[in-house]
Amino acid sequence: MKGSRKGWDDRLFDLINYSFLTVVLLVTLYPFLNVLAISLNESTDTVRGGITIFPREFTLANYQTIFEYDNLITGFINSTLRTVIGTVLGVVSSAMVAFTLSRADFQGRKAFSTVLVLTLYFSGGLIPGYMLMRDLQLIDTFWVYVLPGMVNAFNIIIVRSFMDGLPFALQESAKMDGANDFAIFWRIILPLCTPVLATIALFIAVGQWNSWFDTYLYNSSNPSLTTLQFELMKILQNTTMGSTDANAFRDAQGQEAASSVSPESIKMAISMVTIIPILLVYPFLQRFFVQGMTLGAVKS
Amino acid sequence: MESVEKKAHTKINRSAKTQHRFFKTMKQQKYLYAMSVPFVLWVLVFNYVPLWGWTMAFQDFKPARSFMEQEWVGLANFTALFQDERFYLVLLNTLAMSIMGLAIGFVVPIIFAVFLNEVRVQTFKRTVQTVSYLPHFVSWVVVAGIVTKVLSTDGGIVNEMLMAAGFVNEPVQFMTKGEWFWMIVTLSDLWKEMGWNSIIFLAAMAGVDPQQYEAAKVDGASRLRQIWHITLPGIRPTILVVLILSIGHLITIGFEKQFLLGNPIVVDYAEVLDLYALNYGIGLGRFSYGTAIGIFNSLVSIVLLFLANGIFKRYTNQSVM
Repeated sequence: MKGSRKGWDDRLFDLINYSFLTVVLLVTLYPFLNVLAISLNESTDTVRGGITIFPREFTLANYQTIFEYDNLITGFINSTLRTVIGTVLGVVSSAMVAFTLSRADFQGRKAFSTVLVLTLYFSGGLIPGYMLMRDLQLIDTFWVYVLPGMVNAFNIIIVRSFMDGLPFALQESAKMDGANDFAIFWRIILPLCTPVLATIALFIAVGQWNSWFDTYLYNSSNPSLTTLQFELMKILQNTTMGSTDANAFRDAQGQEAASSVSPESIKMAISMVTIIPILLVYPFLQRFFVQGMTLGAVKS
Repeated sequence: MESVEKKAHTKINRSAKTQHRFFKTMKQQKYLYAMSVPFVLWVLVFNYVPLWGWTMAFQDFKPARSFMEQEWVGLANFTALFQDERFYLVLLNTLAMSIMGLAIGFVVPIIFAVFLNEVRVQTFKRTVQTVSYLPHFVSWVVVAGIVTKVLSTDGGIVNEMLMAAGFVNEPVQFMTKGEWFWMIVTLSDLWKEMGWNSIIFLAAMAGVDPQQYEAAKVDGASRLRQIWHITLPGIRPTILVVLILSIGHLITIGFEKQFLLGNPIVVDYAEVLDLYALNYGIGLGRFSYGTAIGIFNSLVSIVLLFLANGIFKRYTNQSVM
């Protein structure tokens, strides 16, 4: 390959390049480590300031406090449920539709893909969407979280372009053996699509886990349908300007024990609770989603 | 078998025959239909029915009335919209933040990808990539919390660094300064999405023919010249496609960031079209007015998309749509 001699301009380039990327690395990582450190630091000590990336007085009290908060537990359960149910429904429906659209002999192929692809370019908007949910009586129900976005054109395109790359001979030989189209899909195509299904599962799961606006818009008056992100949003909004009405959380809880924990520590602990599940699954799926993103982007 | 059938039929009942064939194939493909029709209907309900809701913009819509009982008002809602001074302020905010977002959020990921592409130490490259994709997966709620924390006046790292460097004597109240808001939103977005948006450019760079670099090295071209004459031209089609699609989404920037980072003090800089529609339409119950805002928003983005695509077509004879 390249000779061992490097010119001065090459070295300079490397120096600038590695410095720039190291700065990017630090700027991206620091805030997360800072949040982690504060969430693990004793609350009254945090108020003194100066916590960087290591806790000064280590404690798990902040986490104990937030898990005594009923709304947060409900939110955690609802967020988990919507993530699991939403992901299963989304993956199954995308895979089925993508399979039918990848079949060149399918009569409905052209019309159905047009109907789906067009949805990428327009949306009815906030208020017509709200009215539809009202008319379908989905407001104030759990189902408003998972049903409206279940069939997503972008995910279908990603899966379909993956299926287009599989040899058609597989399906033909199965057909000879008397398998029907559903059996072909279920027993032959689905197992081969694991990488791309993992990709869209990640996209859907992260989208579900991170949503807060649908809770705000449709279910904010019903505490039993709250979500983790929505609870965090309420606490953050109360403290955005650093005002002292940050105590909404403590008031809501009405417990003596909580008063020793500052809102700052609580915010950071809840933030960590929402980030950790993503951190746990994401490194394993990175290979897949990079592939999936590239495929999808090329097609659309 | 089919050819035998063909011979048996005469020209007269050809259309009947195609119809017959269509239904015959349909029967054969019953599983394919079963696996797609329900979901296509689903999309019609959840994505197309709301378009019918656009009729609300031409009515004085009252939720209690049925469709037949609604009072039609023509373009009155649009006239009211264009006469509202607040609308122009909100439009300015939307355009300003989307153009800043496009300019910075589009160029920086390309530069980032170019730099990453030049890294020869694979472990370093992979570490930077893994870390840089991470913020994309974190919710805006958390990111808004992080941004607020980083910029806060008591112990926020930005203020600490500014003070340590002697640029300011006392902490700057970033979150309550309206004139900073556009920049804060743009940079937060950049922090969150830079790595993610670079994926597609990196993939395109991987497709550039290595022989070109070898040839350039033989000719004694420096790294910068290689980037300028080989890497960037090599990913030009990708750059163009991403640019056109970004222009199409220019005005539909969403409102999450503005909603979460904004506060009453900076509202004159933070309110964007979607938030305006939300506040009027659902907050104040003026559904028709809110829908009119939404329609305006959609129309502008469709016009922008066609314009961008038209320009693209003119210069490259290709179309992305």
